[in-house]
Amino acid sequence: MLSFVIRRLGTMALTMLCLTMVVFFLINLQPNLKKLAISQTEMHTSAEQLESWLVEHGYRQNFFIRYGQWLGVMPKQPVTDPATGKPAQRFSFCNDPVVPTFAGVLEGDFGCSTKFKATVASKLFPALGATGILMFWVLVVMVPISLLIGILAGMREGSRTDRVLSVASIASTATPEYVSGVIFTVIFASWLGWLNGSAASASQGITFYNFTLPVMTLAIYGIGYIARMTRASMVEVMTQQYIRTARLKGLSFGSVVVKHALRNALIAPFTVIMLQFPWLLTGVVIVEVMFRYQGFGYTLVEAAGNNDIDLLLGCSLVSVFIVLITQLISDVGYAFLNPRIRVQ
Amino acid sequence: MQVQYISAFTVVLEVLSRFWPVWIALIIVMGASFLYKKKLALYGQLFDSGVGIAGVFICLFWLFTAIFASTISPFDPLGQIPIMKDTLPGAIEPQSGLVYLFGGDKLARDVFSRMVYGSQIVLIIAPAATGFALMVGITLGLPAGYYGGKIDTVLSFLANLVLAFPVILLFYLLVTPGIMDTPIPYALAGVFFLFPIIFFSVLFWTRYKNRPDRIYILLGLTLIIGGWIYLGLVFDRDPLHIVHIDPNQLNIFVAVVFASSPGVFRIVRGLVMDIKTRDYVAAAQTRGESPWYIMLWEILPNARGPLIVDACLRIGYTTILLGTLGYFGLGLAPESPDWGTAIKDASRLLRSFIHPALPPTFALMSFVLGLNLLADSLREQSMKD
Repeated sequence: MLSFVIRRLGTMALTMLCLTMVVFFLINLQPNLKKLAISQTEMHTSAEQLESWLVEHGYRQNFFIRYGQWLGVMPKQPVTDPATGKPAQRFSFCNDPVVPTFAGVLEGDFGCSTKFKATVASKLFPALGATGILMFWVLVVMVPISLLIGILAGMREGSRTDRVLSVASIASTATPEYVSGVIFTVIFASWLGWLNGSAASASQGITFYNFTLPVMTLAIYGIGYIARMTRASMVEVMTQQYIRTARLKGLSFGSVVVKHALRNALIAPFTVIMLQFPWLLTGVVIVEVMFRYQGFGYTLVEAAGNNDIDLLLGCSLVSVFIVLITQLISDVGYAFLNPRIRVQ
Repeated sequence: MQVQYISAFTVVLEVLSRFWPVWIALIIVMGASFLYKKKLALYGQLFDSGVGIAGVFICLFWLFTAIFASTISPFDPLGQIPIMKDTLPGAIEPQSGLVYLFGGDKLARDVFSRMVYGSQIVLIIAPAATGFALMVGITLGLPAGYYGGKIDTVLSFLANLVLAFPVILLFYLLVTPGIMDTPIPYALAGVFFLFPIIFFSVLFWTRYKNRPDRIYILLGLTLIIGGWIYLGLVFDRDPLHIVHIDPNQLNIFVAVVFASSPGVFRIVRGLVMDIKTRDYVAAAQTRGESPWYIMLWEILPNARGPLIVDACLRIGYTTILLGTLGYFGLGLAPESPDWGTAIKDASRLLRSFIHPALPPTFALMSFVLGLNLLADSLREQSMKD
């Protein structure tokens, strides 16, 4: 088991290395650098000035050296001011090293955000915290509801309850966040006026009024999928011999479901819930943009829209990490929950 | 000048009557399917359950809407008539006397016509991109599952690499206007569009290599048609100027194929690993058939059930992805009538007007729902066999 986890962690590190390199390459393509230089310099700068801005700010160094510096395996060289010959600061809002130092992601230095004029860490981690709160409430809503729907539907396969709930969960998987978000806003904010169509005020304090719509929108897309998986797993368990034995013993249907079926039927949905995180990540971006909630997704869109290199790299590192760690947890947890599965 | 309105009931009647070519086509196709359902194998069995009928109905409805879009829609989807700005549903356009059935949007365009034309974009890109993703996934998934070992390790690692990318980040990196200046989208297109040609060439070669009368015709046709489309799509150098794709559409297409082919790869690989232990595969191996013959003519036909179901779900998922792209304003032109872009435009103004937002949302939802229902009932029917 331990060696399995270690091997998985190794693959994970390799995947992250490859992915960050791909992201680094794509962000630093020539058109993107040009866009950054234009947005960072004054209006109407000539092509030579743009080029010299890029050179001065260190964007023209060798790709691998820059990647190594970002990662923290190569020392960051101080930027020298050509006029005085002394170390200078590239940006006024964050500190560059005066002597060559290792200051990359591995050392905990995520770089500078050119869009927000601050260090990436000071922008990224509060945003992650905000998204964490959103995710927490989404999971609190999503998991119990979807498990309940799945169990009720899978309990008696082919019954009327099963049909109705199955169609309902198919409908919910057919409703992406940007569709349900619009519909919910129309119903609950425009017509009924019960809820706030914007979650911008949620960063000051979360209330039922401003936070229900984003949570609802984000949860509804996942509910259908998890419920379908739970139903499939429940249906399979209900056809097992031990369920029939329990029924023939004279136990009531309710107690068979709760005591015998449930525990075995809930192993598969655990994996599904864990693997749902990458999907939730896309949903988070849509929902945060739609409801103007200043979290991780909002930061990612701002970074991508303004070609903020370091911030976007930080965002991709975090999202890739989340995807990989949830995969790992789902694999390990599956083996842990189900003693019949032995990891090779 | 005051804009005149027709009543809500008339709007409903008018909408239903505008779809007349769709209703006629639906009656013909559904009627024929009912009559001959015994002879239509899996497709015919769909008509045994209510869910299946609903799925087929919705999918065909949007298919015919896309085909007859120019007949159904009363106005040009991009045309602006200033007096109709932000009008409510049922407003009569004074010049032509035609009605803005679902009202006008903030740029004074007809919401109904935009919704109808939007179906064209979705119904061309989503199935085509899914088709290419299937080709890529199958061509790579077959050897990975069949041979295992090094090939499997490398291909699976690459697939997991792409799958670990959050879709939204991938799109922000791959579908930007700047990337059109670099060779990356064309290189990716060049690789992806090669797969169908490889697939069909190998398919025919393994089957007919000892029958010169057939092999030369089939291979020749594959290479000529494939090469012609390839030239048109990747290099935009179609000698006949028929096959053409806009650079930004190519970019979207490539990004969508890139994002969804690893999923197909994983499914195919899993199916192949299961099927290759069957007796008929062992029999073919004993006969001395080549590995690719076994993969394409023994294993693949037996994996078709789950693949068809997955394809249906995947077209729906691709539709959602296209909507996401439109919602973030990536790739598609800002005035494009596709549903995602329309939802984005309308959702910004929900506080003042809600009517432009509803038609595209319901259109997208119903189409994906139709595909999901179809997939669900296909799955149920294929399990019965």
